[in-house]
Amino acid sequence: MRSDPSDYQLVAPGSLHDAVSLLAAEPGAWLPIAGGTDVMVQYAAGKLTARKLLSIWNLPELRKIDILPDEIRIGAGCTYTDLREHEFVRRDLPLLASAAQWTGGIANQNRGTIGGNIVNASPAADSLPALLVYDAELVLISARGERRLPYFGFHTGYKKTQLLPDELIRSVCLPRRFSTYVSYARKVGARNAQAISKVCIAALGLLSSGAADTPRIEDVRIALGSVAPIPFRLIETEKTIQGKMIDRGLLTLAKQIAGREIRPIDDIRSTARYRAAVAGNLIVEFLARLRATGEQAGEPGAIV
Amino acid sequence: MTQSPGKKNDGKCELSLEINGERKMVRVYPMERLLDVLRHEFNLTGTKEGCGEGECGSCSVLMDGALVNSCLVPVLQAEGAAILTIEGLAAHEPSCRMQQTFLECGGAQCGICTPGMILAAVHLLDKHAQPTLEDIREGLSGNLCRCTGYMQIFEAVMEAARRGPSA
Amino acid sequence: MANDRIIGKPVPRKEGREKVTGQAQYVDDMVLPNMLHGATVRSQVPRGKIKKITFGPGIAWDEFVIVSAKDIPGANCIALIVEDQPCLASEFVNHPEEPILLLAHPDRHVLPKAVAAVSIEYEALPAIFTIDESEQRSEIIWGSDNTFKTYLVEKGNVDLVWEQAAFIVDGEYCTGAQEQLYIENNGMIAAFDPAHGITVWGSLQCPYYVHKALMKLCDLSEAKVRVVQMETGGAFGGKEEYPSMIAGHAALLAMKSGRPVKIIYDRMEDMVATTKRHPSRTRHRTALDKDGKILGGEIDFTIDGGAYATLSSVVLSRGTIHAGGAYYWPSIRIRAKAVATNAPPHGAFRGFGAPQSLFALERHMDRIAQTIGVSPVEIRRRNFLKTGQTTTTDQAVHEPIDLDTLLDRALELSGYAAKRERFVAQNETSTQKKGMGIATFLHGAGFTGSGERYLSSLVAVEGCAEGTVRVLVSSTEFGQGTKTVLSQIVAETLGLRYEDVAVAQPDTVEVPNSGPTVASRTVMVVGKIVQSAAQGIKQTLQAACLLGDSYSPEEFRTACRNYVSTHGAFRSLARYEAPAGVFWDDAKYRGEAYAAFAWAVYIAEVSVDLTTYGVTVDEFVALQEVGKVLHPILAEGQITGGVAQAIGMTLYEKVIWQNGRMQNAQLTNYIMPTSADLPRIRVFFEELGNVHGAFGAKGIGELPMDGPAPAIVNAVVDALGIPFDSIPLLAEDVFEALTAQASPPGEPQLAGGRR
Repeated sequence: MRSDPSDYQLVAPGSLHDAVSLLAAEPGAWLPIAGGTDVMVQYAAGKLTARKLLSIWNLPELRKIDILPDEIRIGAGCTYTDLREHEFVRRDLPLLASAAQWTGGIANQNRGTIGGNIVNASPAADSLPALLVYDAELVLISARGERRLPYFGFHTGYKKTQLLPDELIRSVCLPRRFSTYVSYARKVGARNAQAISKVCIAALGLLSSGAADTPRIEDVRIALGSVAPIPFRLIETEKTIQGKMIDRGLLTLAKQIAGREIRPIDDIRSTARYRAAVAGNLIVEFLARLRATGEQAGEPGAIV
Repeated sequence: MTQSPGKKNDGKCELSLEINGERKMVRVYPMERLLDVLRHEFNLTGTKEGCGEGECGSCSVLMDGALVNSCLVPVLQAEGAAILTIEGLAAHEPSCRMQQTFLECGGAQCGICTPGMILAAVHLLDKHAQPTLEDIREGLSGNLCRCTGYMQIFEAVMEAARRGPSA
Repeated sequence: MANDRIIGKPVPRKEGREKVTGQAQYVDDMVLPNMLHGATVRSQVPRGKIKKITFGPGIAWDEFVIVSAKDIPGANCIALIVEDQPCLASEFVNHPEEPILLLAHPDRHVLPKAVAAVSIEYEALPAIFTIDESEQRSEIIWGSDNTFKTYLVEKGNVDLVWEQAAFIVDGEYCTGAQEQLYIENNGMIAAFDPAHGITVWGSLQCPYYVHKALMKLCDLSEAKVRVVQMETGGAFGGKEEYPSMIAGHAALLAMKSGRPVKIIYDRMEDMVATTKRHPSRTRHRTALDKDGKILGGEIDFTIDGGAYATLSSVVLSRGTIHAGGAYYWPSIRIRAKAVATNAPPHGAFRGFGAPQSLFALERHMDRIAQTIGVSPVEIRRRNFLKTGQTTTTDQAVHEPIDLDTLLDRALELSGYAAKRERFVAQNETSTQKKGMGIATFLHGAGFTGSGERYLSSLVAVEGCAEGTVRVLVSSTEFGQGTKTVLSQIVAETLGLRYEDVAVAQPDTVEVPNSGPTVASRTVMVVGKIVQSAAQGIKQTLQAACLLGDSYSPEEFRTACRNYVSTHGAFRSLARYEAPAGVFWDDAKYRGEAYAAFAWAVYIAEVSVDLTTYGVTVDEFVALQEVGKVLHPILAEGQITGGVAQAIGMTLYEKVIWQNGRMQNAQLTNYIMPTSADLPRIRVFFEELGNVHGAFGAKGIGELPMDGPAPAIVNAVVDALGIPFDSIPLLAEDVFEALTAQASPPGEPQLAGGRR
């Protein structure tokens, strides 16, 4: 343990209101800490530069899930376990439920939060590709009020976000319109559990019910982790394959465009070449399964 | 705001913690790790430090019934929560079963991962009274054991489940 | 066997209850009054001359105890074999993280900042990091030629075999470093007072190694050094020699401060600074006749010892002797050497050289099979050692081991033939390529050659006032079951209840030196001496007419109580006796290398996922002949644990080096298998007995480390049809090999597409 606890302040306001008031009073001075699964690792390693921490763990306003007709609003303080165990998240947002299951072991799932995952902004984070393909929106809160913005674009660079110094994420809002889509998620790590991803993918696809011939891609959304400085939605690839039939040629094309879009690197966990190859394979696997479900009479919403 | 600075304004605070069913007062820095408070303030040395990064699970405790890595919990966040450590399990019947089957099946070799492993196993049985092998593999995946290769730990958990009330 | 009342039964682990209740006392659980905490200031360069040490601002240095090499009362070295390793670097450093200064303070939290505030200026010297660089000798970093040790083993006349050979097969095989990764980090507490000397309590395997090292370092007599082993949370060899270093550090701080000092490493420090498995490179050249029988071969076996000699000569020895494996070599030449690099010294790790040379050999056997066009099964059958034949060191195999039948059994247990047939078919179209791989091998238990004779281990068994019996050995428990099995041995030998036997906590003030707890010797060698000592207790009571020829456990207890009340607690000592007919020639490196070999056949079933290039072991069969299984649960636990560790070594655990320093020194980035990663490990035993081991047992602690790596890699080769000769084998390596092999870039596949 390489830090001295006496060097740090940690306060735990009992309410969201008090938390944002403190942030407003001293913007940038307080680092919010929720479940601590990232911050406390840095702290123990002697690498935590912040000295004043604001605990937002278990604030009731942040740790709830609201089900609305068109949207599921997940409080930023919800843990991965909260997500895994919630009936509606499992049913309507299977990519997010899968990611939650793959993040760390049980103990870290009981403490890690979706808000923390977003703000920590690791490009390897497991849940974030799911948020991208679900077109999530974030509600940010400060003493000045709330604002709502698309999650796409929230990450502005490696570990940088649009969050202002006096803001917290209040909730993550996910539309409930993907239940007819085919979902595909996969995480590739160094081992089956408790691994930081080398590549991870979240994808949604919808085939058009074509007339006599092979169905075409009506809508496709693909996001990857660990292939760019930020969680990455493959807009170019999606545009290119949109509206097309899934045949061998399309798989090759998808791989090609994806290979040009992503920017994986060599790091302590893996290599750029490996990541690029596996990313391509995962996209192909997704499209192949999308096509396969199209060939089976109507199995919407299947998680493959 | 929950923070009660002590008489000397040294940054420490008075916290009321519930440890193994007992209310205890302690005067500590809020950023002390729950792991260290358990071991050094309360002399509950059954909870171990293996990595300090939340990877090995040796420091696992139950916090309001949820398995957590106590090396990643600042003690301030434990205020108001019921903490259960390996020492507190003796009174908890399913845990006695688990301790017994760990002994019978070879689930403990060097013993350093054992307290955390038993807590993770008890936590698993709390959620799945009759877990499959897959459930057990997943439930214990955050607790590293270097000695057993896990096989006899799986047997111990299966056997404890078999002997349970809902078996 | 006649004695099976307690031997062979799954009696409860002696210290098990303490472990499952969290009561067991490991070193960090212990606190002494007035205790200080210690920390180590370490080199940040791989090699250099220390120019200047500055204690930076912002630290109340007067509150700290500071120790440097100048404070060492005795010799500045960690006494082991060669005395080249300093306890604290004084003028030169030879590896990253080499210890230079020690700090102590009552508040452990202030130490990291203080360590960071010590700045050291070096004049950098050229450093070398690989076996190749070391061999090139463009930079000499140790001795006159960077070579810690060499061995030459010769049998028959290998220079003549090449002309007669129908086939000559070459191969080069490499293994990487591996971190022991005991879940309890290294730790030590030391206390000193001028009257009693130094006492250390710690996590360790070999109390008398530490004892010897402290005597020399602190310039204290035998009676003035006391070493006590605390409950130890895993060791695997990683706490064989390293504890002498950390004990030395704690002792120096204790001597200087006059207060007890505790040093506990955190995970990162333990990983960067302490020993790892020796990386290796083995080159084979083998001559075979037209039927694939080995005519002879040359083996070049090299290990990287890091910056100081430590145990490299002994690791080299075991690796050398195992290099020919379980086969008959009419002629062989094995040239072995251990070389120096500027990395923290590599050290003991379960298997101790044998996993390295056996990986090479077992991969080479498959290469030979493929080259000459026979199956991996067949090539082994044609070359297995048979009773009456001699090993590479001319040791005759006396016992009726039948490796053919052992292999048959393993093949049947694993469903090898049927599975391979199925896999060949399904691999045509599947993106999961499956394969099976075999390793057949042996492992010699006990110290090599004259080692046991040299150790001359001594044990005591004591009759106690309560009528119970206590075993006094320096052999330590660290999960493998020392206390349990030695208690079983004594209980069985004396006809006592298991509960009436205890094993004393190893404390050098009390226990004799039964040798280090290494080399798979504790049950087999020490157990046998303990048996003799136990008989001495019985003989004493019988001679005093307190006990008849046959008696009940209650009668024994009464007799013992009576004796003790009259004469006081009494001990029976016994010393190792070298078995007759076991001769080893240290000069020619020839003869009976080990009193007993255990034999094994391991079979791995793997899948390679072509989407992720990841290798998964789907099932593993571990069949071994072990003399006698003294405790079924403990024995099985040793095998599953060893296989798991070896799976880690093969597919998951990679040390990423940069300029001699481990870059991935956290559990997040040094990957060991979790419960979600390991296959069903199926363990089977055969028992041929062993006249040299307690109740016929052979040592088995290290055996399971030898087989999995080659079995798994052979299986991957079987699945993919391309060679892999180096471990660890990660997904990235599989990817690069497949990419290099495919001529056109692979076409993407729809379900059911061809590879």
